[in-house]
Amino acid sequence: MDFLRPASWEEALAAKAEHPTAVPIAGGTDVMVEINFDHRRPEYLLDLNRVGDLYEWEVGEDSVRLGASVPYTTIMERLRAELPGLALASHTVASPQIRNRGGVGGNLGTASPAGDAHPALLAAGAEVEVESVRGSRRIPIDAFYTGVKRNALAADELIKWVHIDRADGPQQFSKVGTRNAMVIAVCAFGLALHPSTRTVRTGIGSAAPTPVRAKAAEEFLNAALEEGGFWDNGKIITPSVAKRFAELCSGACNPIDDVRGTASYRRHAVGVMARRTLTWTWESYRGTAARSEGVA
Amino acid sequence: MRVNFTVNGRPQEADDVWEGESLLYVLRERLGLPGSKNACEQGECGSCTVRLDGVPVCSCLVAAGQVEGRDVVTVEGLADHARQRSCGDASGTSLDEAKGWQARGTDSQTGEGAELAPIQQAFIDAGAVQCGFCTPGLLVAADEMLERNPDPTDADIREALSGNLCRCTGYEKIMDAVRLAAARQQEAV
Ligand SMILES: Cc1cc2nc3c(=O)[nH]c(=O)nc-3n(C[C@H](O)[C@H](O)[C@H](O)COP(=O)(O)OP(=O)(O)OC[C@H]3O[C@@H](n4cnc5c(N)ncnc54)[C@H](O)[C@@H]3O)c2cc1C
Ligand code: FES
Ligand code: FES
Repeated sequence: MDFLRPASWEEALAAKAEHPTAVPIAGGTDVMVEINFDHRRPEYLLDLNRVGDLYEWEVGEDSVRLGASVPYTTIMERLRAELPGLALASHTVASPQIRNRGGVGGNLGTASPAGDAHPALLAAGAEVEVESVRGSRRIPIDAFYTGVKRNALAADELIKWVHIDRADGPQQFSKVGTRNAMVIAVCAFGLALHPSTRTVRTGIGSAAPTPVRAKAAEEFLNAALEEGGFWDNGKIITPSVAKRFAELCSGACNPIDDVRGTASYRRHAVGVMARRTLTWTWESYRGTAARSEGVA
Repeated sequence: MRVNFTVNGRPQEADDVWEGESLLYVLRERLGLPGSKNACEQGECGSCTVRLDGVPVCSCLVAAGQVEGRDVVTVEGLADHARQRSCGDASGTSLDEAKGWQARGTDSQTGEGAELAPIQQAFIDAGAVQCGFCTPGLLVAADEMLERNPDPTDADIREALSGNLCRCTGYEKIMDAVRLAAARQQEAV
């Protein structure tokens, strides 16, 4: 095995171009487990810890440009206002020690259906900027996950930034597991209200071969909210609408039975989380809508 | 490969390091510092917790090559680290001192005879140590929390220690120990 230690982004891209089989290692919280257990013996490890760009982030007008290696701890502490869904999801990852090392770039690299960043990114709206010596491109988050633990990266590409839309309304993240800390999701759900476009977006984790959006549920809810004038009147969402939304979210799942849970439990739980996160976010939207109208 | 880094305030050099090796392995097997424990090698238990550039991490998940030029504090250097924090005295802990840490006629029941960080003394006083396997990781994690947050709530303590498993104590005495250390730290100010 060889250990490659590029000191800059350009050097990292050059190394990846020269050794396309090299395995990038950022926080190492996925890669080192595989090496420790002999599940993986890469010819080259490509250390990204010295690439400073990957630890930076910038809050823009409409989106946040998040470096691939920014640790979950930083996201929780520094980007809670701009990226509330991702900050909540980050807080559910493993433990402080893991959150101090792991980040969204590694979560995307592994592309596990159970990765907690994915539902939050899908719900918020995001693009993954990847680069190689050939140039860079932005992959919409919906097109990033291509199969179980597979993503759209080419062999010579590295993830540089994740561009995540800044929250324009309340966001929530919910995860089912056997305890509060150090738990891989049985299933997870992210929901974001986007009042500026009057749309709702979702993300489902661990209930299909890849993280997915519940598109039919989103379309149904968008139409129902529009029709009922809900965005303007800020009324409580009709229980039948919430129920139908939850059913459609369950329907978007394509889960399996495994040691963590059965397929039918996952479908059920996703429905419950969909209804709850909708209620929570809508309550908070109504609260702000009422406040901004004032008492006059 | 060779890895140069700072351990407990002193520069160290590890030789013949395999490229896929963890920082935990380097500390225990190359430098002879077995304080950090190996219980799972998959980030689940926290018994290998050390500070990397000040930040608590699982040393079993850090590749040895990633620590080149960086700063590591292990449980062996915790007393010195705590002293440095309270009186700015930065002597560091040599490898020999670190290795010989328990061999100085210490009474393991009371901690008498050894230099201990306040969190270590509190663990002994509160009876928070049973088999002791989880203790080094808990000490490093708890000490770091008290540095950041001198007046933690119970929820803060639970959160900060949520990555450290203990199979013996049921955690209550560990909570007591951290509360005790926090209280003593505040008295001292
Ligand atoms: C005990 C434990 C508990 C965990 N719990 C959770 C959990 O609750 N939720 C969760 O989502 N995850 C969990 N994980 C998994 C892991 O922590 C996350 O997936 C984390 O986001 C990985 O980030 P990293 O920087 O450590 O990745 P690494 O291990 O460094 O890399 C992961 C993958 O991404 C690739 N990669 C990394 N950076 C780049 C880049 N810039 N460009 C291209 N490829 C890249 C690597 O080659 C590798 O394939 C857990 C892991 C452990 C050990
Ligand atoms: S040995 Fe590192 S976390 Fe268990
Ligand atoms: S004292 Fe035995 S594991 Fe904690």
